[in-house]
Amino acid sequence: MTRKEASPYRLDRALVWEGFKALLPLSLFVIVFGVAFGLAATQARLGDLEIVLMSTLVFAGASQFAALELWGPQVPFFTLLVTVFAINARHLLMGATLYPWLESLSPARRYGIMLVASDANWAMAMQAFGRGRPGLGLLLGGGIALWGFWVLGTWLGLNVGGAVQDPASLGLDMVMGCFLLAMVVGGEKNLRMLLIWTVAAGASLLAFYYLPENSHVVVGAIAGGLVGLAWGKRE
Amino acid sequence: MSLETGGMGALFVILAMALVTLATRWGGVFVMSFVPIGYRVRQFIHAMSGSVLVALLAPLAVTGDTGARLALLTTAVIMLTLKKPLPAIAGGILVAALCRQFLPGT
Repeated sequence: MTRKEASPYRLDRALVWEGFKALLPLSLFVIVFGVAFGLAATQARLGDLEIVLMSTLVFAGASQFAALELWGPQVPFFTLLVTVFAINARHLLMGATLYPWLESLSPARRYGIMLVASDANWAMAMQAFGRGRPGLGLLLGGGIALWGFWVLGTWLGLNVGGAVQDPASLGLDMVMGCFLLAMVVGGEKNLRMLLIWTVAAGASLLAFYYLPENSHVVVGAIAGGLVGLAWGKRE
Repeated sequence: MSLETGGMGALFVILAMALVTLATRWGGVFVMSFVPIGYRVRQFIHAMSGSVLVALLAPLAVTGDTGARLALLTTAVIMLTLKKPLPAIAGGILVAALCRQFLPGT
């Protein structure tokens, strides 16, 4: 960090644009998910305005699909909110892991960037930070790309939803899974990380089968974090 | 408690969902602003960041169909050999699509 350019804390317009472009290929797939969501929401009898508003304001696909499962003329309000919270609780962990890099920003920027934090741009940003490169542009620019195309896809789904009846038959339901796995495999690999991942996977599966629904991500992540704490590496 | 989704009811529910989600996006950052980031906290955070992804993927790999599992395997293998995310992801999707075309129901 001798030069300003090399600082992973850097955030300027050029980096945001680069981040936007970096997440563009994935965002095209996000359109497909948006279409699928728009279509499913129409079938769950949500109004057009409400559907687009949900994607715009909530911007968290898995929890939005879960909300559709509970949707009807009457909605179990607290059950729905608890479900949304449980599915999105991983954002809490993302915010915590990003904090060392957000610390130097003003509160307005810090919380502003977090508005668009989601799995893919967070994973890309963390990978950049891990290599000592600036990641905040990926987080913000990439987040804007994902958010924009999610809303666009949702809107398209209201109109041309029939074109993507079954994304799974084209393997499109695996886009996010494969992307996130590529991020894991592309990261640091050694015996310590292998142990951390093994414990995280084991704890996640135990929680998946024996603990309340949607708790597995948080349980697995914290278990992995504790292993990292116990087996500290010298820096 | 159940809410009617007619009229303004649905908008109210969506707004509440948005607020809960926003709380998750801001909460982690907010809490960490009270925690001094020392060596041990850094270790925990670093280990946790990879673990979030592994914890997301583990049930997908275990409960998924053959297409899903082979897709993840393909992505991992291409990523380990070529070290390029785009071919790895494309390969995974292709394998899932082929699998579901030719081995449906597995």
